[in-house]
Amino acid sequence: MSLIHSETLVVNCLRCSWVDPFKFHCSKLSIVLSRFVISAMAEERRQKQCSVVLPTESMKAMAESVGVGQLQEDSCVALSEEVSYRIKEIAQDALKFMHHGKRRKLTTSDIDNALKLKNVEPLYGFQSQEFIPFRFASGGGRELHFYEEKEVDLSDIINTPLPRVPLDVSLKAHWLSIEGVQPSIPENPPPASKEQQKTESTEPLKVVKPGQEEKGTIQGKGQSTTTPDGKGKEKGLIRLKPRSTHELSVEQQLYYKEITEACVGSCEAKRAEALQSIATDPGLYQMLPRFSTFISEGVRVNVVQNNLALLIYLMRMVKALMDNPTLYLEKYLHELIPAVVTCIVSKQLCLRPDVDNHWALRDFAARLMAQSCKTFSTTTNNIQSRVTKTLTKSLFDDKTQWTTRYGCIAGLAELGADVIKTLILPRLTVEGARIKAVMEGPVVSNIDKIGAEHVQTLLLKHCASVIAKIRPQPDNVEQYRAEYGYLGPMLCSHVVKARTQATLQAQQVNRTTLTITQPRPTLSVSQSGLTGSGGPRTPSIIKVPSSLTLMSPRPGTPSQPSPPATKYIVMGTSAGAASTQQVRVI
Amino acid sequence: MNFKKAGLDSCPLTLGSTDQSEGSILRSRWFPFFNFAHAQFIFKMAAVQGGMVDAKDELDIKSEPPSDGFGNSNANDGRLLSSSPGAGTGGTATGNNKPAPGPPEEQQTLLAVLQFLKKSKLAESAEILRREAGLPEDALDPKGTDASGSGPGLAAGSGQVDGVDASSLLSRVTVSSSAAAQAPKKDSSLAACFYSLSASPAAAGEDQPDVSVVLSAYSQQGDPSLYDAYYSGLKRFIESVLDCHRAELSQLFYPLFVHMYLELVYNNNESVAKAFFEKFSGDQECYYEQDLRILSSLTKKEHMKGNETLLDFRTSKFVLRISRDSYQLLKRHLQERQNNQIWNIIQEHLYIDIFDGMPRSKSQIDAMSGSLAGEARREANKAKVFYGLLKEPEIELPLDDEDEEAENEEGKPKKKKPKKDSMGSKSKKQDPNAPLQTRIPLPELKDSDKLDKIMYMKESTKRIRLGSDNLPSICFYTFLNAYQGLTAVDVTDDSSLIAGGFADSTVRVWSVTPKKLRKVKSAADLNLIDKESDDVLERIMDEKTASELKILYGHSGPVYGISFSPDRNYLLSSSEDGTIRLWSLQTFTCLVGYKGHNYPVWDTQFSPYGYYFVSGGHDRVARLWATDHYQPLRIFAGHLADITCTRFHPNSNYVATGSSDRTIRLWDVLNGNCVRIFTGHKGPIHALAFSPNGKFLASGATDGRVLLWDIGHGLMVGELKGHTDTIYSLRFSRDGEILASGSMDNTVRLWDAMKAFDDLETDDFTAATGHIHLQDNSQELLLGTYMTKSTPVLHLHFTRRNLLLAAGAYNP
Repeated sequence: MSLIHSETLVVNCLRCSWVDPFKFHCSKLSIVLSRFVISAMAEERRQKQCSVVLPTESMKAMAESVGVGQLQEDSCVALSEEVSYRIKEIAQDALKFMHHGKRRKLTTSDIDNALKLKNVEPLYGFQSQEFIPFRFASGGGRELHFYEEKEVDLSDIINTPLPRVPLDVSLKAHWLSIEGVQPSIPENPPPASKEQQKTESTEPLKVVKPGQEEKGTIQGKGQSTTTPDGKGKEKGLIRLKPRSTHELSVEQQLYYKEITEACVGSCEAKRAEALQSIATDPGLYQMLPRFSTFISEGVRVNVVQNNLALLIYLMRMVKALMDNPTLYLEKYLHELIPAVVTCIVSKQLCLRPDVDNHWALRDFAARLMAQSCKTFSTTTNNIQSRVTKTLTKSLFDDKTQWTTRYGCIAGLAELGADVIKTLILPRLTVEGARIKAVMEGPVVSNIDKIGAEHVQTLLLKHCASVIAKIRPQPDNVEQYRAEYGYLGPMLCSHVVKARTQATLQAQQVNRTTLTITQPRPTLSVSQSGLTGSGGPRTPSIIKVPSSLTLMSPRPGTPSQPSPPATKYIVMGTSAGAASTQQVRVI
Repeated sequence: MNFKKAGLDSCPLTLGSTDQSEGSILRSRWFPFFNFAHAQFIFKMAAVQGGMVDAKDELDIKSEPPSDGFGNSNANDGRLLSSSPGAGTGGTATGNNKPAPGPPEEQQTLLAVLQFLKKSKLAESAEILRREAGLPEDALDPKGTDASGSGPGLAAGSGQVDGVDASSLLSRVTVSSSAAAQAPKKDSSLAACFYSLSASPAAAGEDQPDVSVVLSAYSQQGDPSLYDAYYSGLKRFIESVLDCHRAELSQLFYPLFVHMYLELVYNNNESVAKAFFEKFSGDQECYYEQDLRILSSLTKKEHMKGNETLLDFRTSKFVLRISRDSYQLLKRHLQERQNNQIWNIIQEHLYIDIFDGMPRSKSQIDAMSGSLAGEARREANKAKVFYGLLKEPEIELPLDDEDEEAENEEGKPKKKKPKKDSMGSKSKKQDPNAPLQTRIPLPELKDSDKLDKIMYMKESTKRIRLGSDNLPSICFYTFLNAYQGLTAVDVTDDSSLIAGGFADSTVRVWSVTPKKLRKVKSAADLNLIDKESDDVLERIMDEKTASELKILYGHSGPVYGISFSPDRNYLLSSSEDGTIRLWSLQTFTCLVGYKGHNYPVWDTQFSPYGYYFVSGGHDRVARLWATDHYQPLRIFAGHLADITCTRFHPNSNYVATGSSDRTIRLWDVLNGNCVRIFTGHKGPIHALAFSPNGKFLASGATDGRVLLWDIGHGLMVGELKGHTDTIYSLRFSRDGEILASGSMDNTVRLWDAMKAFDDLETDDFTAATGHIHLQDNSQELLLGTYMTKSTPVLHLHFTRRNLLLAAGAYNP
């Protein structure tokens, strides 16, 4: 209930002198009274009982603020009761308008209309839909909700550009159901909601497969909505369980083929579109196992062949899958995580380790790893601790290659400041010594040197910000050297830089509104020369808008029946095959 | 509520004004223009006729035994329930609406009515009327008719085309009274046989002096401190009785609780009342929660004035259905205990409908209770309802060229012909349950209507036969960027146009076929076209205005109800501003604004045959209108709270209204009587749908349940549970096999209506007692659930070929 309007209400209650005996006081009190109503309303929400009235102190306080020194206790009581009653009455009426407006949210206009019903002039000007412009303040033992009226410079308003005109209402048609089956198109909700997928993977016995429910017989249909508790239903569910292998429809198979080909193909534009589709389309749930296998197999083969580009593409696919808000990947992590970890720590990921930028792939994969740890790690699967253990183990191993070492550190560092603090900072001296050995030592291969350099920058980058937070100022170079060895001095300068940056940012935050831009993991292949990727993804998809998905200004009757899942053009001959599911032209 | 705006005497209720040209209007192709002029004329008329006649529907008087017409304002008649205090229907003499025998026209009407009454040997009614009107004893002699000679002069002055003299008036009266038996003559105007009922009862009910009369019944009756003891005593007793009686007697808790509380409040025992409420409100059934909340806020005597809910409790007796055994048990207990307080309340404020036989079970009671004023009395649902369909006019179905060719090619033309014949013969048979074809005068079919009928029949041959194994396809029309402002949707019968009512007071009409919406040319341009040419209908259209969307501006508040006329020439919209507007879909302008409701009009709908329409709103009355009359033909009063939705029966003889008082009423258009009251919903009703065969009614409410009703027997026959939020739309498929329901919970659900109605066992016993046994088979009847993407389903519509169209606004 919008508190804004309580003010309106009170003012109106009083204006039309429902409270006859106190009319005199009221006219003066009304404005202040309103402010207190708001606090009372807040209280009212807390209490369950409906017979709540505004506190009489409110009336007193208001009286004082408009100069009515001594308001009698009786008047206060009568006033507060009257006002609370009227407010409730109007709220009841406003609810009616909400119901008829087919909304779930009560708006200010509902209350305006309710006031009109009572022959009361509504208070105009409270149009804000979402934002409630009341501020709270307390002091002197009182709590206040007040309307913050800022002075506005007229020239500011005149000079600011006009806001964008809201879009006009338009009508759009799509198939909600075709002969009883709901097509998985973006206009429809995903067949299995993320929550459903989640419960399915955590409590596999308790759910009906959404795909089956959709295709299955009419019998089991109601069960998906209700939690099965009856014995008979339980039985049915157990019977349903083994049918978990499902076949993809022709359209889905074609889609899968197209998408996977585009993802690993040579055309970057197509790939971007395919990835976009994976990241946004709602109906991919059924294809998830296949995608997962595709990725894990792909990584296995391409690591052996040192095909960096393909590995990058596959990782981008993982990213897209994780980005899809309708998918819950938990069940497929056993395939995806090994693939990702491989891309982080593998000794060799490319044919020319001295030239190709496989480091970027490691960084990217590390971020994916961290993301999946954050999303899926639970006390039962312990993903994060298992991953941490694996990475630390090879990090502590002296024989580990620089590439793997880099991956381990990157993987750990992405897991967060705590991990850095407990696992990497203590290692700084050791790693520093190792780097020193390579950098200043006599004969080293070029590859080792590059590796050492990368590890060094990585360590500096991640550790500096953490140290800046946990170490008190001042930053003394000697202290750093004593504590962190070879890397100490460099670390010190980095920390100083990090500190200044932090203060700068803090100032900015104070000045302007808070905008947190999270660095999104992006991956670009440079050096390798194979492809130039990572550019901004074009939002366009190879969408073949059928008459239904087409967003036309004119809402045409979907006369051309289109098969449910053929949102993507399937080149050449496949179009015929795609429309196996014919719809009667109606 | 403040009714100063709509004071009693300004509630204009006249006899339908005769307008001989009405028939021609209906036939006229130029209806929109003519109508516009007509509307203006009507407004002029309204200005001229200052004091309106307080029309007494003589049918009304006749239908009641005189003894009932007097002291008992809570007469059994459903209509009288709320029309109670001093509404003047049957002449309850509260004296505040004595019409002064003022304008001659008014007097003349009265005289006509009196004369009729005298003729029909209804001396007593005539006497009442005479006294009410304050006419002299001798006013009834024949010179009364002569005296009314001044009438025509006034009428002519106001531009009336034909002379209205007393005799024609009288003839009208006679015609209308016998309309049930015989068909009104064609030449008498369609609406002439309609009379409005009495003054708006809602208005009367809220009038201040009456409120105090009503409330005075709550004057001091006992020691306030003992109420608690009384109530808990009764509670103990009911809890101790045998199980079979307990459920029945538990029904007493709620009404007793409410009345005791109100008595306490009325007698200024605020603290006692509060304590009483606190102590016992928790015991009440959960579905009364809303009313309890209102009640709880009411703690002062001053608040009682003008509180609608309270008035409902007081003015209408709460109806309970209890078996004789249980009732005896209760009576004995109360007499033993000398518990006069409770006994008085039962006597005064409750109506106990006693039946013989087994006490009902808890589930049976729960199924039927929940309304604001208890269950419907059994006799309220006894009236005969002609639920059958009207005979379709016989129209030659010209064989389609394509069809013929196809048949010739296939070489079996014989196969198709018998099929058509059978269809024809089916419509020729008269349904025994159908009303007389002329029971309600219906507009004649125009040529264009016939063409449309032919189209309809052609389409229906291509209709898909739906069933549990053949579900319909659903096409969803999403309103994008509506910003929560979409409040009503309607689709034309042929599914070519969609209209939306919006919170910003606009009405938008879309064409969903390639045919764009065009306006008729301006008058000057129309003069230029060749009126003899064959394609004159094409030529009058202004190509320049062609577009998919037309916006109609005119309302000054959210548009809550919208309805296309069956011929697609008009659109009705009802709004928060209290008006109903008739729009022309030829010129896309407003033709008439029908005023009368004064408060938000929640719903309106055209009759399936056009011409008439019904509206219902916050003022608790539903009104029946004809498009060419600026005043309602009927006022259906009786609901105890807002009328939230209105639907015409397929045969146009009945109107169903759903209300916030959680009841559904069925009204007879002919005489304005309430013929059915359906109770059982636990929340305001927001959707109604008649089955295509007219036998059943489906209703949906905020409680998320769909209830099915047998109109003929007046029984609840099914309950469909599944929705989790308010149901805003219900629709039967064209053949009635499937019921589709759309809800705020973003789903469309399909139910097996065939099955729901097939295994009905309406034996005589059930019909006689009204006891129902509902099986809980919602899950079996549910054929499908289709989620939308956060789009509440506001409207459903089956195309003529049984494709389901759904519409709603996307709420991101």
